Amino acid sequence: MSTDLIAEARRQTEICNACRYCEGFCSVFPALTRNKAFADGDITHLANLCHNCRGCYYSCQYTAPHEFALNFPAILAEVRQESWERHAWPRPLARFFHECGVAVAAALVAGFALLFGMLQALRPETGHGFYAYLTHGAMVALFLPAFLLPLAALAISLRAYWREIGGKRLQWREVVNAGKSAARLKNLDGGQGQGCNFEREDRYSDRRRWFHQAVMYGFLLCFAATSAGTILHYVFALHAPYGPFSLPKLLGVPGGILLTAGCAGLAWLKTKADPALGAARVWGGEMAFVLLLGATGATGLALYAATGTAAVPVLLALHLGTVLTFFVLLPFTKMVHGFYRFATLLAEEQKQHR
Amino acid sequence: MTDMALEGPWDIVVVGGGNAALCSAITAAEAGARVLILESAPRPYRGGNSRHTRNFRCMHRGPLSVLTDSYGEDEYFDDLMLVTKGKTDEPLARLAIRSSEECLPWMEAHGVRFQPSLSGTLSLSRTNAFFLGGGKALVNAYYNTAEDLGVTVVYEAEVTHVHLEGDRFTHLEARIGGETRRIEARAAVLASGGFQADTEWLTRAWGPAAANFLIRGTPYNRGVVLRDMLDQGCETVGDPTQCHAVAIDGRAPKFDGGIVTRLDCVPFSIVVNRDGQRFYDEGEDVWPKRYAIWGRLVAAQPDQVGYAIIDAKSIDLFMPSVFPPNRADTIEELAVQMGLDGASLARTVANFNAACRDGPFHPTELDGLSTDGVTPAKTNWARPIDTPPYYGYQLKTGVTFTYLGLKVSDRAQVHTAQGPVRNLFAAGEIMAGSILGQGYLAGFGMTIGTVFGRIAGREAAAHVN
Repeated sequence: MSTDLIAEARRQTEICNACRYCEGFCSVFPALTRNKAFADGDITHLANLCHNCRGCYYSCQYTAPHEFALNFPAILAEVRQESWERHAWPRPLARFFHECGVAVAAALVAGFALLFGMLQALRPETGHGFYAYLTHGAMVALFLPAFLLPLAALAISLRAYWREIGGKRLQWREVVNAGKSAARLKNLDGGQGQGCNFEREDRYSDRRRWFHQAVMYGFLLCFAATSAGTILHYVFALHAPYGPFSLPKLLGVPGGILLTAGCAGLAWLKTKADPALGAARVWGGEMAFVLLLGATGATGLALYAATGTAAVPVLLALHLGTVLTFFVLLPFTKMVHGFYRFATLLAEEQKQHR
Repeated sequence: MTDMALEGPWDIVVVGGGNAALCSAITAAEAGARVLILESAPRPYRGGNSRHTRNFRCMHRGPLSVLTDSYGEDEYFDDLMLVTKGKTDEPLARLAIRSSEECLPWMEAHGVRFQPSLSGTLSLSRTNAFFLGGGKALVNAYYNTAEDLGVTVVYEAEVTHVHLEGDRFTHLEARIGGETRRIEARAAVLASGGFQADTEWLTRAWGPAAANFLIRGTPYNRGVVLRDMLDQGCETVGDPTQCHAVAIDGRAPKFDGGIVTRLDCVPFSIVVNRDGQRFYDEGEDVWPKRYAIWGRLVAAQPDQVGYAIIDAKSIDLFMPSVFPPNRADTIEELAVQMGLDGASLARTVANFNAACRDGPFHPTELDGLSTDGVTPAKTNWARPIDTPPYYGYQLKTGVTFTYLGLKVSDRAQVHTAQGPVRNLFAAGEIMAGSILGQGYLAGFGMTIGTVFGRIAGREAAAHVN
């Protein structure tokens, strides 16, 4: 744990606790009033509860040049970032990909190369749709470990994090309440639905929340589409390609559109917002991750649009390469924020009501 | 600053950049006037003392926005009479109170957001509407609204002279970008605050002790315009020697410490001076009713400093302090940490403890748990200081605002001995002494600023239209 970061976060938290003007913005401020002294785990908890809406920064009477020099969203972002990297395994890899957008791009190129290679080497004799280029068995052999191993690594990290912030055995009510908060992105609504202070500085805007909702629900729809395909394949022996009114397409097409548009929106907002109010050192890695996530949607849609054309093998390699890179890098990119945030919302429910 | 931005002709020039200035600029701009705001602070410090405020005291005849129940004109006025001991101009005070009710929806319509009473301030949930994010969020909202209305704002523009000819304002002079600029306008609104940040003026008025006072708010309220108006014979109100001063954390910065420097520990403590001696009843009344007199009490002690001492029993009974307290396992050790004489502090504590008696202790109400046989007595919450660790907080005098101001009419018009200046208006702290001649009522400064800011803007616009 970085003692410097925690100490600075503690200094700022104590000033906030003596002021409390920001109580109405999000869950962080009511949470910090529970304590007079803050243990390291309390600081990590607050840091992961913060959604970086920045309302507190633009309202703060103590930001630089004031000698208190508060920049609460930035220090919480630093602590949060450090907590993800500290709990990740292998740790150096996490720091590398979180920070370095070029590394993410390089991984993507490697993913493309691998898929192009597989398509060349393992081209099946027969098959329909994209199975004409890569068999179902080959895809499963590649993606099953590429999906499960990163998730297993992330699960181990989350367990350690859960202990650090003092999480206890879950109750159903806590899951429901945390789920509601996440589903509505309550902590990005500015407290009254006016939104946050991101790309328009001290003016409120709800754009970030809407784009993030598009990404989150788009991603979940795409995931549901893949799951539906898996079930159709194994349970009902219905194999791809699926028609436009099949479950995988009905879920996947809107999902892909939402995911692509949402990521494009978030990337655009990110270019407008002040990097000094977040974890500035990971700006590049975050941007690369948003683009990578958007590319999973965009390449998927392109692949579907190209059905029956000569572009299919190329687009198949691009899409599967993107998806593969996304999954393999999952424990080492911004993607972890969703898991850590949800764990934190659960813990916050416990701390509020127990 | 480019010359373009300052190019006139201006209908109205507003001197100052806090709540009152913005309310008048917005009101005047909505009436069609071409408005220039001259704010002496740089942009990050814009907004004067409004940056540090947190609520607005508002009359209401039924539930209104975040305010519960009702708060009528007479009750509001009685509360004002209680703190000012009658030092108020009743017609102006009643005008401010009555107008406050229509101000709240106006504020919301111009971008201000309110939130329910903050934790630890439930006693104000009926009378005071809290700003979401505090006063700086309000200031930001008003600057955005003003900008959308086409108001021009110049920062780091210090007005040095407001020129009067007979019963008319003609132009003013301001230091902008190292040059003195002459700016003409058809009317002016003065909303540039008091003089509390001018330590020299403060020491002339109060005495040399004022050099050790901390200023809770902006360093930009130097009273330059107020002084200029006094020199030109404008009529004043308010005691020129007095300021509103409270006891705050002695480690606070000289300026701009704001809300976080408050200390609520006094009722549960004993307070000693530099020599380790107690000097006043710490338990006289609940803290919100007593924090203001402690500013004066501490100011009267050697070096203008006090030390509040509590023990482990009381540490969780009040809002956290911005800096951690001194902490030690013995009184002597604590004294050394705070630069006091260990033996004399230990003697004071022992004498105090010997005078404490058994009885029920109720931290949130006057519990009558008083000392017996020690001078001065502590008449409530008197528990022995006997459970380590012991904690100590240094107290100093923190100045909130000064009372001396410009006398205005119910149209916010500035007066000289010859009568009103036809196109010169004042709003906010610079004229608040008319209504608040003594004491303070939480959230009332923002009420005066909003009500008279809007009146000044309306009247100035009416004058130029």
